[in-house]
Amino acid sequence: MATIVLLAPLLGAILSGLFWRVTGEKAAQVIATGLLFLSAALSWVIFLTHDGAVEQITLMRWIDSGTLVGDWAIRLDRLTAVMLIVITTVSALVHLYSFGYMAHDSHFADDESYRPRFFAYLSLFTFAMLMLVTADNLVQLFFGWEGVGLASYLLIGFYIRKQSAGAAAMKAFIVNRVGDMGLIIALMVTFYLVDSIAYDDVFAAAPMLAETTVSFLWTEWNAANLIAFLLFVGAMGKSAQLLLHTWLPDAMEGPTPVSALIHAATMVTAGVFLVARFSPLMEYTPDVTAFIVLVGALTAFFAATVGLVQNDIKRVIAYSTCSQLGYMFVAAGIGVYSVAMFHLLTHAFFKAMLFLGAGSVIHGMHHEQDMRNYGGLRKKLPLTYWAMLIGTLAITGVGIPLTTIGFAGFVSKDAIIESAFAAGTTYAFWILVLAALMTSFYSWRLMFMTFFGTPRGDKHTHEHAHESPLVMLAPLAVLAVGAVLSGMVFYGPFFGSTEAVREYFGASIFLAEENDLIHDAHYVAKWVKAAPFVAMLIGLGLAWLFYIRATDLPKRLAETFPGAYNFLLNKWYFDEIYDAVFVRPAKAIGTFLWKKGDGGTIDGGINGLAMGIIPMLTRLAGRAQSGFVYHYAFAMVLGIVAIVSFVTLGGGAN
Amino acid sequence: MIGADLTTALPEIVLALFAMAMLMVGVYGGKDKLAEPILYATSALMVMLALYAGAQSLDAETAFNGTYLKDGFAQFAKMLILVSAAVVLVMGKSVMAETGLLKFEYPILIALSVVGMMLMVSAGDLIVLYMGLELQSLALYVVATMNRDSTRSTEAGLKYFILGALASGLLLYGASLTYGYAGTTVFAGILSTISEDGMSVGLLMGLAFMLAGLAFKVSAVPFHMWTPDVYEGAPTPVTAFFATAPKVAAMALIARLVHDAFGTVPGDWSQIVALLAAASMFVGAIAAIGQRDIKRLMAYSSISHMGFALVGLAAGTAQGVQGMLVYMAIYVTMNIGVFAFILTMRRDGKPVTDIAEMNQLSKSEPLRALALLVLMFSLAGVPPLVGFFGKFYVLWAAVNAGMTWLAIAGVIASVIGAFYYLRIVYYMYFGAESEPLDTVRAPVQGTLLVASAMIMVLGVINLFGIDAMAALAAEALVR
Repeated sequence: MATIVLLAPLLGAILSGLFWRVTGEKAAQVIATGLLFLSAALSWVIFLTHDGAVEQITLMRWIDSGTLVGDWAIRLDRLTAVMLIVITTVSALVHLYSFGYMAHDSHFADDESYRPRFFAYLSLFTFAMLMLVTADNLVQLFFGWEGVGLASYLLIGFYIRKQSAGAAAMKAFIVNRVGDMGLIIALMVTFYLVDSIAYDDVFAAAPMLAETTVSFLWTEWNAANLIAFLLFVGAMGKSAQLLLHTWLPDAMEGPTPVSALIHAATMVTAGVFLVARFSPLMEYTPDVTAFIVLVGALTAFFAATVGLVQNDIKRVIAYSTCSQLGYMFVAAGIGVYSVAMFHLLTHAFFKAMLFLGAGSVIHGMHHEQDMRNYGGLRKKLPLTYWAMLIGTLAITGVGIPLTTIGFAGFVSKDAIIESAFAAGTTYAFWILVLAALMTSFYSWRLMFMTFFGTPRGDKHTHEHAHESPLVMLAPLAVLAVGAVLSGMVFYGPFFGSTEAVREYFGASIFLAEENDLIHDAHYVAKWVKAAPFVAMLIGLGLAWLFYIRATDLPKRLAETFPGAYNFLLNKWYFDEIYDAVFVRPAKAIGTFLWKKGDGGTIDGGINGLAMGIIPMLTRLAGRAQSGFVYHYAFAMVLGIVAIVSFVTLGGGAN
Repeated sequence: MIGADLTTALPEIVLALFAMAMLMVGVYGGKDKLAEPILYATSALMVMLALYAGAQSLDAETAFNGTYLKDGFAQFAKMLILVSAAVVLVMGKSVMAETGLLKFEYPILIALSVVGMMLMVSAGDLIVLYMGLELQSLALYVVATMNRDSTRSTEAGLKYFILGALASGLLLYGASLTYGYAGTTVFAGILSTISEDGMSVGLLMGLAFMLAGLAFKVSAVPFHMWTPDVYEGAPTPVTAFFATAPKVAAMALIARLVHDAFGTVPGDWSQIVALLAAASMFVGAIAAIGQRDIKRLMAYSSISHMGFALVGLAAGTAQGVQGMLVYMAIYVTMNIGVFAFILTMRRDGKPVTDIAEMNQLSKSEPLRALALLVLMFSLAGVPPLVGFFGKFYVLWAAVNAGMTWLAIAGVIASVIGAFYYLRIVYYMYFGAESEPLDTVRAPVQGTLLVASAMIMVLGVINLFGIDAMAALAAEALVR
C-alpha cells in the first residue's frame, strides 16, 4: 500500500508530463489528480491503521559499491505516516484547486498547453517529497531533498516569460545550494565515521559519535555535534531559517497553488522533519540544539516584524510561514519533537488554507496582489472570506485559555510556547510571545485590509471581482475542517503526556531517558499559558485600531519613524547585504575567471595546442614521410640506436 | 613421438599441405579460372581450422622438443588470425576480380602467410620464430605487389621487402646474441638461464634488437614508416589483410617472446615496450590528421592502435596480456568493418580513396553512413561503444601495473586521434553538398559493414565473452 502511495504521484507526473498529447490535456490533469487522491486516501488508511512499529519495505537495491550500500526502501513509522497524510492531502487538494486557478492564465497564450506541465510538476514534487519522508537511508533522503528542490525551482519559475519568476527560481535554487552543501557534507562525514548510510546504523551509532572527535576545517569537532550542525544547515536552507531565508518571499513569484503546497505546507517543513527524524542524534548534541532554538526564535521574530509592513498579500503569508517555521524549530531544538511535528501538521492545514484563500482572492481580483488595492471584498467573496477567517483564527491562536479547546494553531502554538518556557529557554519564550502578538497583528491586518473597509484601487477590477468556482472552494472547505479540528483531535498523542508521546511515536522519535519536557510543559505557571492568548488579543486590538478605527494611523506612524519603517519594509536589508557581500564579489570573480581564466588561459591554451602545435607536428610527420626508402631505413636505425642507448644507460639494465 | 608431434601441430600441417596441393591444382589445372573456388575453399578451411583450434583442450602441450607450443594463448590468437583472414579473403574477392587481380596464387599466398602466422604464435624457439615470421613476410611481400602493372603497388612491395629485410636482420642479430649468451634457442632454456645466471648485457642487447625487429611487424614507431606507403600502394583487399591478421600474429609473437623467454625480468622489456607504445600512439594520432587518403589514414590509425595494444603488453601482467588480446580482437573487427566500406567506395565506377568523397553520404546512403559513424566513434574510443572498452582494458592494466603516466598519455593520444575519426563523420553528415558516391550493390561488404557496426553496439553487453576467453589465454601465457 505504501508503495502505491509513493509511486502513484510519479505515475501521474509521467503520464501528464510526457503523454498528455496522447491522453489530451484535460484527461492528463484528471489522471494526475485522480492518482493523487488515491494516494491521499491510502495515506489516511495507513495513518489510521498504523501500529507505531517501524516497517521497512525494500523496493530495490539502489547503490551497491563497496561498503556503500543503499536500498530504495520505504521506512514506514509514525513520523512518516504523519508526513504522508500532510503531503498527500494538501497535494491532492492543491491539484483539485489548480483546475480552477490555472484554467486561464494571462502569462500564456490561449492555445498554449501549460496545464499538463503544471500538473506534472506538482505530481513530481509530491513524489520527491514522499521519497524524502519515506527514505530509509541518507542518500535516498538526499535524492528526495534535491528532488523537491528541483520541483520547487521548476514551479517557482513556471511563468517562463516573467523575468522576476525566473530570477526567483534561480535564487531559491542557489540559496538552497548553501544548505544542501551542509547536508551532503553531513552525509559524507556520517558515512566516513559510521561506514553506513542506513538510518538504523546511524542512529545506533549516535552514542558512539557523541564520544568521537573528528577533524574538520582544521578544527577538532565532536562528531555528533558536527553532523547535527551540518544537518541543521541543510534544514536551514530548505526551511528558510534566518540567514538562508531570503529565497522564500521571492518564491511567491510562482503560481499560488505552488506557494500553498510547496512553500507553506510541505517542502519548507522538510527541515523540521529532518531534525525530528534525527532525534536519536540530536538528543546527544545539546550545543547544536541550543543553536537550533536560537535560530528558530530569531527567525520567528524577524519574519514576524517584516510581515507587519508588507503589502503584497502573498508575501505577508510567506513571512508568516517563515515565522511559523521558526516556532517549529524552537520546539525541535528544545527536544519536544512531537510538538514540532504537531505544529507542522496543524500549520500545514491552516497555512495551505490561507494561501489557497489568498489565491482565491487574487483569482477573483484578476491577479491583483497588492492589499492596498483591496478592501471591502467580504460581500464579493463571501465564501473565501469565511475560509480566510477560519485560517486567521487558526494561525493567530484563538481558543479558550487554559483549556485545549480552540482552533488548530491555538493548541499547537501554545504547546510550543509552554514547552519553551518549561525548557528554561526564557528568552525564546518571550520572543515567541512577542512574535505571536505580531502574528496576530499582521494576520488581522491582512483580513481587515482585504475584506473590510471601503474598496480601494482600480474601480473596474472591484466591479468585476467574483467568487471562485467550486473546484477552488471545495479544497478550502476540507482544509477548514483540518484548521478547526486538527489541534484538538491530535492533542493527546502529540502533546498529551510524555508516556502518550513515547507510545504513539514508538521508535520513530527518540527521547532520552531524562527528557520529560512534555510533562513539565503541562505544569508551567498559569500566566505562561495565558501569555500567547493575551498577545493575540493585543495584536487583534492594534490591528483593529490601525485598519478599522483610525486608518490614517499607519501612515502617520510610518512618517514619524521612517527609519524603522524602511528597515522593516526592506526586510532588514538582507537582500542588499547579501548582494554586496556575496553576489557582487562572486560575479566579479566569475567575470575574471571567465575572461582571463577560461577565455584567455584555457581557450587560448587549447586552441593554441589544437590549432597551432598539433598541426605543426602533423606537418612535421608528413615531411618525415618522404617516400624514400633510405629515409625510412635511417629512421629504423635511429630507433634501434635509441632503444639500445636507453636500455644500456638507464632503463632496466641496472 | 613424431606422431604425437605431428598431431599437436596438425592445423599448420593441414593448411600448409592444402596450400601446396592447391598450387599444383592451379598450375596444372585451370589457372586463374580456378581462383574463385580456391579462394572459397581456403576460406572455408581456415574457418574449420579455427573451429578445430577452438575445440581443443586448453592444456598446454609442446612438440618437437619444446620448439612448438600449443596452449590457450596460441589457440586464441590462431582463432583470431584464421577467422579474420577468412573473412578478409571473402570480403575482398569481388574487388580483386573487378581489378583483374584475382589470380589463383592470391588465396594460396594468403594461406601460406597464415601458416607462418600460426607458427609465429606457437613458436617456442627462436628458429621457429624466425621461420614463421619469414614465411609470413615473404608471402606478404608478394601479395603487396599483386598488381604488378601498377608502379605504386610494386613500389609498395619493394619498400616493404627492403625494410622488412632490414628488420629481419635486426631480429636475427638479436637472436644470435641471445643464443650466444644463453647457449640455447629454446624459450624455456633462455628463461632458466636468466633465472640462474641473471640478465647479462648480451641478453639485454639481444632482447632489444629482437624487439626492434618485431616492432617493425606491428608497425610501431619508429619502425612504422613503411606502413602508410604500403597500405596506400597495395590493392585495397590486400591492405585490409595487412591491417588485420598479421598485426594479431606479430603482437602475439611479441607477447610470446617477452613472457616465455624473458618472463622473469619484466622490468627489462616493459620500459622498451612502453616507449614504443607511447611513441606509436602519438605519432599515429598526430600524423593521421594530415591525411586525405582513407587508406593512408587507416595506416596511421593502425599505428596508433598498435600503440594502445602495446600499452597492455607494457604492463607485463596477465591482465595486460588479456587487455592486449581483447584490444586486438576489437581492433580487427572494427577494421574489417571499415575496410568493407572502403572496398565499396566508388565514383563513376572507379575506386576512390579521398575522404572528402564521403561528403553528404548520410543523404544518399543513410544506413552505410550510420554504420560507418558507429565504427568511427568506436575507433575513436567513445563510450559506450566497444572500442572504448578495448582502450579501457589496456589502460586499466597499465594503471594497475603502476604505469599511470602511460595511461594518461594514452588518453591524451586518443583525444588527438578522435579528431580525424570525427572529421569523417563530419564529412558524411555535415559536409559540403556534392555528387554522392556511387551506390554499389555489394551484399558481402554491406553485410560485414553493418555486422561490424552492430557488434560495436551490442558487444557493450558482455563483449560476446571475448574478455573471459582472453583472460584464459593470458593465464596460459603469464604464469
